[in-house]
Amino acid sequence: MASAVLFDAPGPKTIRRHRTYTIAASIGLLLVVALIGWRLQQTGQFAYAKWEPLLTPKYIEALLVDGLLKTLQMAFTSIIFAVVFGVLFGVGKLSEHAWIRWPSWLIVEFFRAVPVLLMMIFFFYEVKVAGGVSNGSTGAYWSVVAALTVYNGAVLAEVFRAGVLAVPKGQAEAAYAIGMRKTQVMSIVLLPQAVKIMLPAIISQCVVALKDTSLGYAIGAIGLSTVGRSIYNGFQNQIQTVFVVALLYIAANYLLTLLATYVQHRLVGEKAALEVGMVSGAVPDGRAV
Amino acid sequence: MNVVLDNAGAVALAFGYTLSLFVVAAVLSGIFGTILAAMRVGPISVLSKAATFYVTIVRNTPLLIVIIFFRFAGPKIGLTWSFVDIQIGNLNLNNLYAACVVGLSVYTTAFVCEALRSGVNAVDLGQAEAARAIGLTFSGVMREVILPQAFRASVPPMVSVQIAMLKNTTVCGVLGVFEAFARMKGLTNDNATARTEIFLAFALIFVVLVEILSLAANRLERRWRIA
Repeated sequence: MASAVLFDAPGPKTIRRHRTYTIAASIGLLLVVALIGWRLQQTGQFAYAKWEPLLTPKYIEALLVDGLLKTLQMAFTSIIFAVVFGVLFGVGKLSEHAWIRWPSWLIVEFFRAVPVLLMMIFFFYEVKVAGGVSNGSTGAYWSVVAALTVYNGAVLAEVFRAGVLAVPKGQAEAAYAIGMRKTQVMSIVLLPQAVKIMLPAIISQCVVALKDTSLGYAIGAIGLSTVGRSIYNGFQNQIQTVFVVALLYIAANYLLTLLATYVQHRLVGEKAALEVGMVSGAVPDGRAV
Repeated sequence: MNVVLDNAGAVALAFGYTLSLFVVAAVLSGIFGTILAAMRVGPISVLSKAATFYVTIVRNTPLLIVIIFFRFAGPKIGLTWSFVDIQIGNLNLNNLYAACVVGLSVYTTAFVCEALRSGVNAVDLGQAEAARAIGLTFSGVMREVILPQAFRASVPPMVSVQIAMLKNTTVCGVLGVFEAFARMKGLTNDNATARTEIFLAFALIFVVLVEILSLAANRLERRWRIA
């Protein structure tokens, strides 16, 4: 996988040298893995008792239904709201009227810069989305959704704006030339084409939302992270529980990433994915942090 | 605003923790991210695969889970960081702090690696070919042509990653470091009537910090832009 920019095709001498390096590196990596395995063995982490809760149907069900399912539900609910939020403010930022453009800009900038956790706490204790703190887990659920909606919505607003701007200028000009109104140009000509460019970025944003649902931990929203906490607090099997919980998150996110790559190839082709960072310029291949 | 001003000292200390988390994790993730990026674009395919594996795993795990691992699961296998106990002014950097900062760095390292790799990928192939054609050696090609361009191209994604990390330091507040998020939660618990203004004050400080970073990066980007 050597990048062509960096190296010429290796000659016979280099190939021999690389072989030596490969052997040395393999031994090094194996040693690291062995060290970790030895450490786990030494502290008795492979004992069946530690894994038993995670193989018990009751807890598997808790992990999958209260954990994974709720987490996915939270993520997708917030992404759907975030897309609506994003379209509204993305189009708002493109408006010709300064009194729409500036407030939209302000709101988007604010929600992009404030940490999600701060908003979650605010929505939970002060705004009391769906009852908030006084409504237990339902309040917590909707507080997480609300916080993720405004954050991801603000990011998506930028994505929408960039997507609309990425549609060739001739499209809008032609639409105006045949007598369409501003709203028509936006809704019939620009947005449908922009959506195609933006879809991979929206799916990538789903990964971000899915990862951020774990923060519901801070306000006790039911999800993978909170279910994990109650399991390892009960059985003192932190290593095993964190391993399983992480595996579930990774599986879900990895599938979403594959989907994003597939959609990218189908709809956009080999061109670089549309990305919007906090700084003008590109963000590493289509994944926000 | 009064509540925040009355507690100005505590708030400043909290942001001291936030900034110290940011700086330490930025340095650590910068160092290890560079090593990882070198492994990933290097010619040894074992190392490149190992780096890709690390990046895939870490990028798909929520930060909270990574930090929980170092905070609660680490001690079970003797990873206690108990040797860390540093006092800088009023900042007390103990083993909890160390676990959080390590988790934050481990997580951010994957993204730093990707930012640097995207910088290398941004360099046009013709640049390297031309440099070889005029007879530059490998180190010459690297030093004079490729790395300067790759470095410039990776500034915007790199700063985006670090800005996200600044916001991510709040996760440490959930797990025992008394930084800005934990302080805000404490203040809102004690002053139920002033929750909105407390939130706005903390949010605005974060907005200012983020804007400072992003403005600096934009200026660098404009000054160093290639052609």
